[in-house]
Amino acid sequence: MSVEDSFEYVTVRIGDQLLGVEVKQIREVFSPQDVTSVPRAPGEIAGLLNLRGRIVTAVDARHRLGLPPREPGANVMALGLEEGTELFGVLVDEVGEVMRLKSDTLEPTPAHLDPKWRVLLKGVHRLEKDLLAVLDIRALIAWQGGLAA
Amino acid sequence: MDELIGEFLAETSESLDVIDVELVKFEADPTDRATLDNIFRLLHTIKGTCGFLGLERLEAIAHAGETLLGKFRDGDMVADSNAVTVVLKSLDRIKEITNGLEQTGVEPAGDDRDLIDRLESLSQGHGDPEAAAPAEPVAAAPAPEPEPAPEPEPEPEVQAAADDAATGFDADLGRELRPGEVSLADLEAAFLSTPGPEFEAEAETAHDAEADADEDEHDAEPAHVDAPVKAESAAPAPAAKSESKAPANDDAGQQQAHRTQATIRVNVDTLENLMTTVSELVLARNQLHQIVRDNDDSALKTPLQRLSSVTAELQDGVMKTRMQPVGDAWRKLPRIVRDVSQELGKKIRLVQEGEDTELDRQVLELIRDPLTHMIRNSCDHGLETPDERAAAGKNEMGTVKLSAYHEGGAIIMKIIDDGRGLNAEKIRQKVIEKGLASEAELENMSEAQIQRYIFAPGFSTAAAVTNLSGRGVGMDVVRTNIEQIGGSIDLFSEQGKGTTFTIKIPLTLAIVSALIVKSGEDRFAAPQLSVRELVRVGAGSSIAVETLNGANMIRLRDRLLPVIALSEVLNTAEHTSAEDMTGYVIVLEAAGRKIGLVVDDVLDTEEIVVKPLSGPLRSINVFSGATILGDGSVIMILDPNGLAQETSSAEGEEQSDAAAEDAAEAQGANGRQRLLLVRAGGEEPKAVPVSLITRLEDFEAQTIEQTDGRYVVQYRGRLLPLAHAGGMDHFPTEGRQPVLVFAEDGRSAGVAVDEILDVVEERLDLEMGSERPGVIGSAIIKGKATEVLDIAWHMQRAWNGAPQRKGKSSTGRNAVLLVEADAFSRRMLAPLLAAAGYDVTVAGGLHEARDAATMGAEYDVLVGDPAALARLQEEGVYTNVPRLGVGEHDYTQSTDGFVAIMPAGDRGGLIAALDQAARSAA
Repeated sequence: MSVEDSFEYVTVRIGDQLLGVEVKQIREVFSPQDVTSVPRAPGEIAGLLNLRGRIVTAVDARHRLGLPPREPGANVMALGLEEGTELFGVLVDEVGEVMRLKSDTLEPTPAHLDPKWRVLLKGVHRLEKDLLAVLDIRALIAWQGGLAA
Repeated sequence: MDELIGEFLAETSESLDVIDVELVKFEADPTDRATLDNIFRLLHTIKGTCGFLGLERLEAIAHAGETLLGKFRDGDMVADSNAVTVVLKSLDRIKEITNGLEQTGVEPAGDDRDLIDRLESLSQGHGDPEAAAPAEPVAAAPAPEPEPAPEPEPEPEVQAAADDAATGFDADLGRELRPGEVSLADLEAAFLSTPGPEFEAEAETAHDAEADADEDEHDAEPAHVDAPVKAESAAPAPAAKSESKAPANDDAGQQQAHRTQATIRVNVDTLENLMTTVSELVLARNQLHQIVRDNDDSALKTPLQRLSSVTAELQDGVMKTRMQPVGDAWRKLPRIVRDVSQELGKKIRLVQEGEDTELDRQVLELIRDPLTHMIRNSCDHGLETPDERAAAGKNEMGTVKLSAYHEGGAIIMKIIDDGRGLNAEKIRQKVIEKGLASEAELENMSEAQIQRYIFAPGFSTAAAVTNLSGRGVGMDVVRTNIEQIGGSIDLFSEQGKGTTFTIKIPLTLAIVSALIVKSGEDRFAAPQLSVRELVRVGAGSSIAVETLNGANMIRLRDRLLPVIALSEVLNTAEHTSAEDMTGYVIVLEAAGRKIGLVVDDVLDTEEIVVKPLSGPLRSINVFSGATILGDGSVIMILDPNGLAQETSSAEGEEQSDAAAEDAAEAQGANGRQRLLLVRAGGEEPKAVPVSLITRLEDFEAQTIEQTDGRYVVQYRGRLLPLAHAGGMDHFPTEGRQPVLVFAEDGRSAGVAVDEILDVVEERLDLEMGSERPGVIGSAIIKGKATEVLDIAWHMQRAWNGAPQRKGKSSTGRNAVLLVEADAFSRRMLAPLLAAAGYDVTVAGGLHEARDAATMGAEYDVLVGDPAALARLQEEGVYTNVPRLGVGEHDYTQSTDGFVAIMPAGDRGGLIAALDQAARSAA
């Protein structure tokens, strides 16, 4: 399989859903420890944490996708990525394997999906058994900035 | 060679910056010889170095520029702005080329014929060929081939130029000068003005210009004195020329040498790395501290202390290396202002103040662009054209003033123009047009609030996009840039008078000393710069948190300080009652006021490395950043400014209550009252008891707005309704408006007066009641009959529009006992009753009323708090005296023996009921 007609994904699980995040979009995968909650922060901001001397803003994917909050003590992993000079960690339930998928199995996001999901997905891959929704992780960490915020 | 070019670039960019400034100075005063000499010398150095390095394009431009400047300095020509523009243009070209050189290591390809032609034409006295048609068609000079690499061959352009016909007449030569040629007089001037070794008098010998084009290539080499002469005659001239340059170079070299001793050039990256390393060192030291504290290992203590102090010194030192005068960021501004004024045909003067104010290099870099943009904006949009200014009765010369100074741990920068000011109406339209806010929302906004919309994303007021400001970035970018570095920006604008932008930026972003506090389970850092003191409150402390109408405060050295629990501000806990407030009060001073923040514990002080917050968190105004503590955990840094803003509304009420209390105490037992004398609607003074007044304010008349038929002004984040004490229905639109602010039941109202005259202490004996609404009656104050204003009536009017008070004429003096625990109601009612012709005795509480009874005092009516009056009846005090309750009707309480219970606001009804009660008693 050549590089041009395929994508490489890290698969993650959020709730019951299997999702894929393009490998080139993320910098690393880490286990978030000692997250400091930030009072008065928007709901999706789980808090701040220290990753090798840099401060990472943890964004909870569950919240962004409108899923119920994680049970205390439940598994949590983070996908680290850099946006400008800022570091973000997207919290997911589980991180699985890395998959290379052909681009021709990618279909546009179904129109009848919950708008909360639709804006965060880039498309859906048909796997043999499952569907792999492609998470737009940049959209996920984007926030409604400006004066309105 | 690469190293040389690097050196050359650094030096040249510095020189060019200086020339920019100097040229603008020179243009303003073309007789300033020293400035011109300086420019000449710098340009000459550039030219010389270019020749040496084989940078042909640069050299040709520098040479032509130098020739023109030589004319100015010779007095052959007077510099006009056209000529200066061309010189500035050539500097820009030089910058362009050096930029290319910096990126690729070779001179970028290009043709500078156009500029050189203009420069030459000017120096030959033809004027600018672009401004006027060239006097002669330019000879078909071979366009130079784009050259990928520097080549030490004679410059074809210069050669071509030398071949061109020229018309500048040189008396020394007895013929006309050729383009690119320097007259002898120029050379001499260069000699004379440059301090250096003596030069030979042979220079005076006529020289052959034919050789010059070649000579120029060679004599630029500082070491090269004996230039090979291809010319047929007059060798001394080139020699002299070489020497004339040598001293110039020597001079520059000497200066360079001096500078080298005092300073060295350090790569910025090196400094940045150093800073990061020190930050990490600080963190590591903090971590060590933590470990030593936990383990109590005394062997480590001493070396750790040493490490600590060394780290602190190192940190200080590194910080110093990063400090730069703010003037460095301003250096380009005179040039920009000058260009803008040329382009727009405006007359603009740039005034700079406080250039020496130092701040962190990083901060400086970050504000450079926003600042440039703002200056451009001020020139472009802020200032009017000379005609408009003249029409408005202003000096045709507009002024843009830039100032900087330190305040606390921040630097304040102001950009002040005396232009037309912001047009709130235009902004309002634009806001609606862009859908940034609805009309209804804008309706409730003050002018200042609307003006601040220029900071909103996607907003630009320029009706026509000009070359200068319409670059797709607006003030929102400026605001974002400034906020990113923890700064803030605000504006004040007065229509027709100008606009002031105030930028507040931290001195450094890197490291601050902070207090680590604990609130609930969380820790926070409070910058020590803003912490005034720490006070222990609650259990085990003599200071307790007290409550007034739900607001908490402490007594701090006989003053009341509003306090609020940090957990409450952060919404991490429910409202904390005063009894539960134990721990520490951090007294913070910010935004001009003091606030007390109650935290559970104060843990430590630490040097923290401030890390900016990411986008989604930046809008939380109570935090300025985050940091990593010694134990590796992340905590939030509190922003005192944001906290002060958050708590200001609560504070306003507390202060008014506190002020009322103070005033009550101030009012002596002798019945004398402090009275404020004001002028309102008429010349004669009117009086208001000072004890009633919460605050005196002075508003900009323009900020008074009309909504829903009422006048309001923005005050401490709320709308303050206004009424005019003179009974006028409108307010002046210009100047300042003094306003007396009154507060009652958490509501405030403002009573506007024309002028505040005096404060006197007098016994307030109302001699006469008044039929006139808004006036309680008249009293003799300072020997003059003075009307006493009915503040309650005016407050009602401010809130509701004009209430109708049924006037009541005096019916003789009945004695009234006013029982009212609430100081405010007491002070409102007493003058009212007195004005209605009653002899009022005031009892602040039940015991005073009981005392009065045991003393045998007799009253016709008891007036006051229904609960208190009912209580007195139960106790058998004054049982046969009619009672008139004033206040909320509490239906659970018996109303037996009450004539009526009236709401305090219904003044007419109250007086009527009182009259009735008095009659029944009589």
